[in-house]
Amino acid sequence: MNPSTPTYQLQPGKVRAEFFRLLPISLFVVAFGAAFGLAAVQAGLTPSQSILMSTTVFAGASQFAALDMWGTQVSVLPLIVVVFAINSRHLLMGASLYPMLRELPAGQRYGILLVLTDANWAVAAQEYQSGRRNLEVILGGGLVLWLAWLAGTLLGVYFGGLLQDPKALGLDMVLGCFLLAMALGGKKSPRVLVAWTVAAIASMFAYRWLPPNTHVVVGALAGGAVGYFWLDEVNGEVKGEASEEGSRA
Amino acid sequence: MTIETSVAGTLALIGIMAAVTLVTRFGGVFLMSFVRISPRIESFINTMASSVLIAIIVPMAWEGDAGARLALLVTAALVLLIRKPLPAIAAGIAAAAVVRYLT
Repeated sequence: MNPSTPTYQLQPGKVRAEFFRLLPISLFVVAFGAAFGLAAVQAGLTPSQSILMSTTVFAGASQFAALDMWGTQVSVLPLIVVVFAINSRHLLMGASLYPMLRELPAGQRYGILLVLTDANWAVAAQEYQSGRRNLEVILGGGLVLWLAWLAGTLLGVYFGGLLQDPKALGLDMVLGCFLLAMALGGKKSPRVLVAWTVAAIASMFAYRWLPPNTHVVVGALAGGAVGYFWLDEVNGEVKGEASEEGSRA
Repeated sequence: MTIETSVAGTLALIGIMAAVTLVTRFGGVFLMSFVRISPRIESFINTMASSVLIAIIVPMAWEGDAGARLALLVTAALVLLIRKPLPAIAAGIAAAAVVRYLT
């Protein structure tokens, strides 16, 4: 391995454009941040503690799960296990961006990962499948999502839930619909469809019979295994081989 | 081991959550830096990437109410038909709202 010279340059203009591109979905994130802020103060956190948690953790599902465990005392090990299990999908999400991320200087590489979350990752991953390299959406999109999560928490803490019942308006489905749109907008080959079928079956199996919160990782790894054994002859082999020679020679 | 949710205790708990989450954000990329990216590994991570989305969505649809399922169905149909994500997502959310209002 040579100490590869960084060849990916983050473009400030594109970072700004991606910030505004994810602004619409971020408005929905505000509504959920508000729901979290309200739930947090009801669970006994002070406003500043709730905001600190949203600022530093920035992972909604795990924050809600932590509130379920909140009391006058909190057991540390179960908290760690639950937070790690729910957020372990980040491990796979980061790994999937590695072919691009390795071309950034280490500081920038880990810097932009601070704001890695489902929505901005889904955009970057989908564009990478179609041959476009877009790490700017991780940074720009991540920042707007993070700000929205903070703004929402702030509103929820001080003004209560913005909406009485976000679920009645279908707002709980925003992220699911967004991720589904990203998945279906990507490349679809027989290989990918087989991988999705395997991923779907494995995730349902894990959801029902394995410990809670493991289904995303189990399903994703099962889908990945299909890719490991079934190479995309036309694209993967040729493209992979060529970039391998180029970057490692 | 338990931590009291005093001021200091709560700060410690939030710190633990933040650290654990940071490990998940950095860990995958860090571990990959020890892996040689062969075509096979590249194929693995590319297939895994879209499988993450499927593994999030399928149990969500399975567990969800009629509104959740219809939202995903409408979004899927529109993305495949009109190929524009935003209108498809909006229609999916609207579908969930309508179903829940009616039921």
